[in-house]
Amino acid sequence: MTDTTRFIPDRLQSPLERRLKSWETLLLAVAVAIFIVNSFTSPYFLNAWNLSDMTFNFTEKAMIAFAMALLIIAGEIDLSVASIIALASTAMGAAVQIGLGTPGLVLVGLGVGLICGAFNGFLVTKMGLPSIVVTIGTMSLFRGISYIVLGDQAYRGYPSDFSFFGQGYVFWVISFEFVLFAIIALVYFVILHKTNFGRAVYAIGNNPVGAEFSGIRVARVKFILFLLTGLMSGVAAICLTSRLASTRPSIAFGWELEIVTMVVLGGVSILGGSGSIPGVVIAAFVMGLVTFGLGLLNVPGIVMSIVIGALLIGVIALPRLWEKWRT
Amino acid sequence: MLMETDQKSVLASTESEIPVLALNAVTKTFPGVTALSEVSLELFPGKVTALVGENGAGKSTVVKILTGIYQPNGGQIEIDGSPIRFPTAQDAGDAGVTAIHQETVLFDELSVAENVFLGHAPRGRFGLIDTSAMMERAREILESVGAHIDPRTKLKDLGIANKHLVAIARALSIDARVVIMDEPTAALSQKEIEELYDLVEELKGQGKAILFISHKFDEIFRIADSYTVFRDGALVGSGAIADVTEAELVKMMVGRDVSQIFPDRERKTGDEILAVDGYEHPTEFADISFVLRRGEILGFYGLVGAGRSEFMQSLFGITRPSAGDVTIDGERAIIRSPADAVGKGIVYVPEDRGRQGTITALPIFQNVTLPSLGRTSKNGFLKLAEEFQLAREYTERLDLRAASLDTDVGNLSGGNQQKVVIAKWLATHPKIIILDEPTKGIDIGSKAAVHEFMAELAAQGLAVIMVSSEIPEVLGMSDRVIVMREGRIAAELSGDDMTPETLVRHAAGI
Repeated sequence: MTDTTRFIPDRLQSPLERRLKSWETLLLAVAVAIFIVNSFTSPYFLNAWNLSDMTFNFTEKAMIAFAMALLIIAGEIDLSVASIIALASTAMGAAVQIGLGTPGLVLVGLGVGLICGAFNGFLVTKMGLPSIVVTIGTMSLFRGISYIVLGDQAYRGYPSDFSFFGQGYVFWVISFEFVLFAIIALVYFVILHKTNFGRAVYAIGNNPVGAEFSGIRVARVKFILFLLTGLMSGVAAICLTSRLASTRPSIAFGWELEIVTMVVLGGVSILGGSGSIPGVVIAAFVMGLVTFGLGLLNVPGIVMSIVIGALLIGVIALPRLWEKWRT
Repeated sequence: MLMETDQKSVLASTESEIPVLALNAVTKTFPGVTALSEVSLELFPGKVTALVGENGAGKSTVVKILTGIYQPNGGQIEIDGSPIRFPTAQDAGDAGVTAIHQETVLFDELSVAENVFLGHAPRGRFGLIDTSAMMERAREILESVGAHIDPRTKLKDLGIANKHLVAIARALSIDARVVIMDEPTAALSQKEIEELYDLVEELKGQGKAILFISHKFDEIFRIADSYTVFRDGALVGSGAIADVTEAELVKMMVGRDVSQIFPDRERKTGDEILAVDGYEHPTEFADISFVLRRGEILGFYGLVGAGRSEFMQSLFGITRPSAGDVTIDGERAIIRSPADAVGKGIVYVPEDRGRQGTITALPIFQNVTLPSLGRTSKNGFLKLAEEFQLAREYTERLDLRAASLDTDVGNLSGGNQQKVVIAKWLATHPKIIILDEPTKGIDIGSKAAVHEFMAELAAQGLAVIMVSSEIPEVLGMSDRVIVMREGRIAAELSGDDMTPETLVRHAAGI
């Protein structure tokens, strides 16, 4: 303890080395394995159009999952996302009835998403309520409004150019949704990993008190995260409504848990503080590949959810068991 | 060191029995830090051994090793002369070692009785907890430590002193052979301290071996039979209390004359930079008014709970005052959040480093740059190279010891964590720095570094507010001292009025 000033290196481990030992690498290996297994079990799997169809299994959910990842890393959660889709879709359907065109519908979808996000954010950051309770409440509230408006009816009659968002292709088999997914992934990658805002998200998730004491405006950051999650739910609502060309109040039912599953599978700690966007991207592919591969084998939906559940627990538990066994 | 060998032989001649618990050349290292280096310690039945040393000397590490929380890297623990290992806290408890910790780990939402018996509650039929027996036993134990508390009370409804008595009761509820008391009197009133002494005598009478850790010499000389002194993680002396003087103990503890601890500095203060006028809070403090000048170190002294930290946190924007004005550099400042405070040039180094000061799961460089990201980034985008550069600049100024700047702050020693917190704030170029118990729980090397650094900052024209409960620190560092009592300013002292007696008198209200 008495030696004079000594040099402290920036890092002991290079970023590349750290990346190779990461969760994302393990998950990528799982994705490749599933891909290989799928291509042996079904002759229809290795087909460009089928693989393109496969991406629709996850693109809309993943758009929300990126925003959800940031929210969960910051130590909060939004379980109302699927209900925001329902409410946004219902609002768009109603807007069609009064003759709004595609640009107007997009604005309505995004606007409803933002308002719902702001409502959640207000209750959590201004009223100081726990987000899990707030968003379980708004989950019922938002979808409840859809049910009141629609009952057992459905909105149809979306304009023909509106169908591009969910059914259009940009180039060959590359769908508009997939391109949008990729752009959103990139944007969230930059936000979380390359900006001051992203650093604040990690700081808050690890220690909200310490972050506040370090001069970070914790409530403001959290509010923005709820806004973003609402906005992404609005984007997903536009894509999904466009793809289905109709709105029922049961639209996207149960998606919130699939989205949270995707985020956690992607290596985001449910307790907050750690996780990455590349992890969520790979997790999206893993879930898409599993559901699609099982679909090709005519496995019923309920079995699929069992497989997804087992996969989640397995992938989460394995590293823990590995650590325990090693020490 | 001559003295040391002399006293060891004295001890050997008077104590022929085998120690009930002993540490033999125990070493404990953490990444970048050696917390204990081949230390030995012996505890005998019916005797009180005082473990003495500055903060960071390794006392708490010893407690954690003896209670199975840490595993030593070298050496061994012996019970009745035969080696033993404590892989878990449970094992230490089973071997009859119990500890009353410095910072007690209790559960606010549980009842007092549940806190006392958590993990070893009396069982009734079907293995269920026998609540009435538990309440009865808890009441008996609490009475024996002089705490007249209803065992059904929830812990959160108790004051700090009573919580401490609950912790003591908890330690006694385990039938222990060795009782470790880690600064047990820190939060107690004089009357409660007297009761604790009686308790220690009673435990001695029951033949229990007691390890008593304290900073207070009057206490040590009153109840201890022998002493062991640690300095910077090494054993520097041990022997019988009767053969040593206070001055000798202090010298062993600090390894130099006490008067040299605090840096000499030219006390030259400049213009007024901060004026606080009539700050009030509904419950914590009232009528706080003072001024602070550039280059000044203003000490805030008071007993625990006098409202010093609460006031400072209010000044830093954590809590809102109900009344009062702040003027910085002649302009009225409205501070509603820490972000506002940092923007106005006020920064706060909190007492609770782990929770408030640092984000322990993030690396050093990210902790340092967190409030300065606006400067190290471009248009909101991170620039890692500039972050490392800024972090390096300020951590080197503070002589930080770490494996790398990418090391998580949680892996650092208390002293180095404190350096990270100070580096973080200096990087923001503050005008006023508030340090709340800046050297609490840090090793002596870091402590001196922090003191020297404070002096340097003041010399550069920074205004420093230092909250401290250590009288030598307050007197050694401050130009002026404000004493707080029960949320109010009891006295403002400077020059020859700054003596230990006046501080204590005003703090206690006598």
